Amino acid sequence: MDLNWLSISEVHAGLMGKKFSAVELAKAYLERVKSGEKLNNFITITEDLALEQAAAVDAKIAAGEEIGMLEGVPAGVKDLLNTKGVRTTCGSKMLENFVSPYESTTTQRLLDNGYVLLGKTNLDEYACGASTETSYFGPSLNPWDLTRVPGGSSGGSVSAVAAGQCIYAIGTDTGGSIRQPAALCGCVGMKVTYGRTSRFGAVAMASSWDTIGPVARSVEDVAHVLNAIAGRDPYDATTPDVAVPNYALDLSKRAAERVKGLRVGVPKEYFEEGVDEEVKAICMAAIREYEKLGAEIVKISLPMTKYGIAVYYITMPGEFSTNLARFDGVRFGHKPSEMEDLLEYYKQSRGEAFGAEIKRRIMVGTFVLSAGYADEFYKQAQRVRTLIVQDFDKAFEDVDVIMGPVSPTTAFKLGEKLDDPLAMYAADMLTIPASAAGLPAISLPCGFSKAGLPVGLQIIGPQFEEGLVLQAAAAYEQVTDWMERKPEF
Amino acid sequence: MPAVKVSPMKLTKEQVEKLAQLARLNLTPEEATQFSGELTDILGHLAVLGELDTSKVTETAQVTGLANVVREDVVNSELCEPEALLEASPFEKQDHQIKIKRMM
Repeated sequence: MDLNWLSISEVHAGLMGKKFSAVELAKAYLERVKSGEKLNNFITITEDLALEQAAAVDAKIAAGEEIGMLEGVPAGVKDLLNTKGVRTTCGSKMLENFVSPYESTTTQRLLDNGYVLLGKTNLDEYACGASTETSYFGPSLNPWDLTRVPGGSSGGSVSAVAAGQCIYAIGTDTGGSIRQPAALCGCVGMKVTYGRTSRFGAVAMASSWDTIGPVARSVEDVAHVLNAIAGRDPYDATTPDVAVPNYALDLSKRAAERVKGLRVGVPKEYFEEGVDEEVKAICMAAIREYEKLGAEIVKISLPMTKYGIAVYYITMPGEFSTNLARFDGVRFGHKPSEMEDLLEYYKQSRGEAFGAEIKRRIMVGTFVLSAGYADEFYKQAQRVRTLIVQDFDKAFEDVDVIMGPVSPTTAFKLGEKLDDPLAMYAADMLTIPASAAGLPAISLPCGFSKAGLPVGLQIIGPQFEEGLVLQAAAAYEQVTDWMERKPEF
Repeated sequence: MPAVKVSPMKLTKEQVEKLAQLARLNLTPEEATQFSGELTDILGHLAVLGELDTSKVTETAQVTGLANVVREDVVNSELCEPEALLEASPFEKQDHQIKIKRMM
């Protein structure tokens, strides 16, 4: 039995049926993490912890206790989430030696659900990038083509799932950081409604945009993980008290029913200039599949789409530069060689420990918030953000979900965009709008390019309609077999 | 209120250096030169928002409609012991405090 490509429900059945133990399972995944080391998906491997957690699950099974769906299931966690007693680097030299003194809410909920943590996954430094190339620990590679990026910023999480190194992983999505790598690596990645999952203990990037979410190899697995991590958290005041349904319950049955008569909006702006022709064609073919399944396809327009990048690259750096002020090398972080006074110490710590993209965003953020420019840049961007929200509000009067490509291209070459910040920023042109409006959106594998690279379909729903988005995704997944293909690397 | 004007602008090396000091970042001269060009390009691209008349539009800072979420102001150490927080600092500790350089 090849343990590395199991689904969560298969693991659950296998453990309960004593076909394999949780320790055997953890060892199989740790082995693959190590044999696939060239992918550079893990910054820290937590082997001892994983085996200890797995042994605890085996002890429960041996004692005849019931186990939950996620118990014993090996996972990776983006190295942006604090995990008590485990190093949390944010992919930065600043936190190279930082061991978290506390646990994030998301990983605490996974601990409560008996997960097995294999390690902390690679990311763009402080989640700033679309390729993992800004990581201080070097880029992760795309398992479908080792000369290409896995996307970012949650590139390590997604590449690890695609490569069979873990069953699911936790990522974060601020402007596309789960969806874009999921599209580029052929995984299912979910960006939740803003506030659906707690941000507590995830190192903040842009606080009014940040979300935590799962990536896996099936819609059902994503639903199982979401069941564990979603919901109100007293430690995050932006998590509303909205009920969490069982997202995985009868998913395939409900999906088949839900897709009949489903009104699918297709925005013309998601199929315009700047989006690769092959990506457009593959996504359109997937949308036609929905029509065959009984959905009604509705042409819509989201005219503010083209302003998304500018709105994001003003408001995000503003929030980012503010959030990053706490990294000054005093309470935690990089200690530079001796400095005369404290002010010089701060500047030297930050100057030495932050990479180029972090410095760029801190300076853009400082600029757009500075006296004399805040109204022209920051507040104008917040007003245009309102227009993007109104675009979606209007669209959802006539449609149930919105579909289009996730990424304008398939996986690009390592180094191709690293020295051109604006080209890198454009990678998120189709994921930013849903983020601006706080909407749930999924990246669903929908085919491969002629070069053999995965393409993702984006499905966007109204706020807190994760259940609907998952059902819509599952309906397509049931009639296609894209996930049968495995990368060889 | 008139529409907000967003205009392309050039950030000189000197302006970049000033900005970096405000943001408490020491830059090398090479970095300052590089960022001057890059930030000018980035800000030029962001100026596209100047096309839109937003004089009647309110600002969005929070998307799910929450306002004034408050809690009791009580100390809670269940997540983390103060000693563990101190441990994370690269500085010497003395009397449960971090011992830092002089301020000025």
